[in-house]
Amino acid sequence: MKTIQISTTVNGDALETLCAPDETLLDVLRNRLGLTGVKEGCGTGDCGACSVTLDGRLVCSCLVLGVEADGAHIGTVEGLADHDHLHPLQRHFIDGAALQCGICTPGILVAAKALLDRNPDPSESEIRYWLAGNLCRCTGYDKIIKAVQSAAAEMRSA
Amino acid sequence: MRYERPQTATQAAQLLANEPGLARILAGGTDVLVQMKAGMVTPDLVVDIKKIAQIGNIQSEEGGYRIGAAVSGAQLGEHAGVCAQWPGVVEAAQLIGSTQVQGRATMVGNLCNGSPAADSVPALVAANAVARITGPNGTRDCPVADIPAGPGRTTLTKGELITSVFLPARPQGAADAYLRFTPRTEMDIAVASAAVSLTLDAQGRCCEARVVLGAVAPRVVLVAEAAAALIGTHLEPPALDAMVAACRAACAPIDDKRGTVAFRTQVAGVLAKRAAVIAQTRAGAKS
Repeated sequence: MKTIQISTTVNGDALETLCAPDETLLDVLRNRLGLTGVKEGCGTGDCGACSVTLDGRLVCSCLVLGVEADGAHIGTVEGLADHDHLHPLQRHFIDGAALQCGICTPGILVAAKALLDRNPDPSESEIRYWLAGNLCRCTGYDKIIKAVQSAAAEMRSA
Repeated sequence: MRYERPQTATQAAQLLANEPGLARILAGGTDVLVQMKAGMVTPDLVVDIKKIAQIGNIQSEEGGYRIGAAVSGAQLGEHAGVCAQWPGVVEAAQLIGSTQVQGRATMVGNLCNGSPAADSVPALVAANAVARITGPNGTRDCPVADIPAGPGRTTLTKGELITSVFLPARPQGAADAYLRFTPRTEMDIAVASAAVSLTLDAQGRCCEARVVLGAVAPRVVLVAEAAAALIGTHLEPPALDAMVAACRAACAPIDDKRGTVAFRTQVAGVLAKRAAVIAQTRAGAKS
């Protein structure tokens, strides 16, 4: 299969890569660009572990072709921290023990950031609906919701 | 697999028409990429239509709205004009999938995927929406109601693609609503669904109605008898009962793991009744 060259911007960095026409954005990010923060869970858009932003919109990267990233802006969990300074969401996830095995965590962080970018003060119900496409089999979600709430509170007071 | 990203609908139609193998159209990809992953389809050609001008936009037209084939559910839900005029269409489209799926999934994709349980299709049919189709022989308009041909099939011919759906203008005192039953509260496939669009006159009497059922037959069902039961009434209990009876008579569902024939038939009537009352309340608030 013929590979296609694409130019894309990932976490603000302009990148060029080759990809096969049927390769997913998830595989391009992980296998060609080394961004292994993006996780594969189900591969069919049900679990949200591969969540990234595509031109500002939260999507499952397993349901996007790599070639579609040509000319687009992608955001992954690797773009959350400012060098050594973790994003408030990352800090509150650690402080609140809002993860166990961690496979779902990068996707949930990206999804939660996309929510707070739109709505700095979401209700618990809004957080639960927004994150309903991010499955976690370890935590039971309560600590995740609380971590998002405490991060949002800190970001509002900053 | 070849990947093409044409700039015009005519180029897309030519690519699709000239492909001797299996071709698939890519907009949001939330069905086609899942089918590819599962090995259900192995396309020789994927035509990504998102670079076609206006296909990702919502435009005002003759008092209504033209919704491009690549407009996502999230984008639709952010459009105040469409939400005010066609709340039932928007709520149907926004029931599909998670936040992530909403970022990509389109109503036209939902229509062309051909599922009898598609959420946005009953609402589009209730809205009397019209699909604009480009094919190798030019452009034509077709009511959305005439697109589904059965499970997984549409009436589109080789080389044709839908570029937009048009939601027509409507008078003051008109509104719509969509309801579905799913075992889970979110992110599930409809076991039965109902969409109702109606117009109230100055006295609050129903003067126009369209009642549509989903997931209870191989195709979406427009129930003219159910609409007739509402027209000329204030949706009093006997009128609603007659509408429910007409809806149940129009059901021809399957038995499967998600619901029995009896259950789907019963629930379709209940949903139609509730949707009619919601549409009436919304229409009353507007007039």
